[in-house]
Amino acid sequence: MATGLGLESLVDQTISVITNDGRNIVGVLRGFDQATNLILDESHERVYSTKEGVQQLVLGLYIIRGDNISVVGELDEDLDSNLDMSKLRAHPLKPVVH
Amino acid sequence: MLFFSYFKDLVGREVTVELKNDLAIRGTLHSVDQYLNIKLENTRVVDEDKYPHMRSVRNCFIRGSVVRYVQLPPDGVDIELLHDATRREARGG
Repeated sequence: MATGLGLESLVDQTISVITNDGRNIVGVLRGFDQATNLILDESHERVYSTKEGVQQLVLGLYIIRGDNISVVGELDEDLDSNLDMSKLRAHPLKPVVH
Repeated sequence: MLFFSYFKDLVGREVTVELKNDLAIRGTLHSVDQYLNIKLENTRVVDEDKYPHMRSVRNCFIRGSVVRYVQLPPDGVDIELLHDATRREARGG
């Protein structure tokens, strides 16, 4: 296929996943398949709230079922290290409504 | 297959993808696959103050199943061509 399909280019890179229930999980992509099931290593969840800065919860090795995935973003390490998570305030993302 | 081909022709154009969680992401269409999964480059979330969740993301993969709308460049649609192709598809080839 002419278009660069899939997530090959993101393997072994740090990615930021937004799930259908509105969670944001950051980790290293180790594997994926055609259903967008993902294997994430050294992962943590970033919990957004309006009352305090972003909380980071350590999750470790995770498998996320493709059905439950909205967006897979390539995390730009430079941009990310310039973010002050303790000052970021936002509502959690809304869940996907099909 | 029709819309897959259609989106393939839009590769390289600037589009805004609105998701079913109300997040809207603008970027250059990099690729699309058979499920209408979309890859965007140079992405910006449209309302970044409200949605800072993707501030450190510039390239992303959007699962086709969560796309609500794709906003196209105004000259990105040849309506006559799309009409014809749709009718042809409806007739079964």
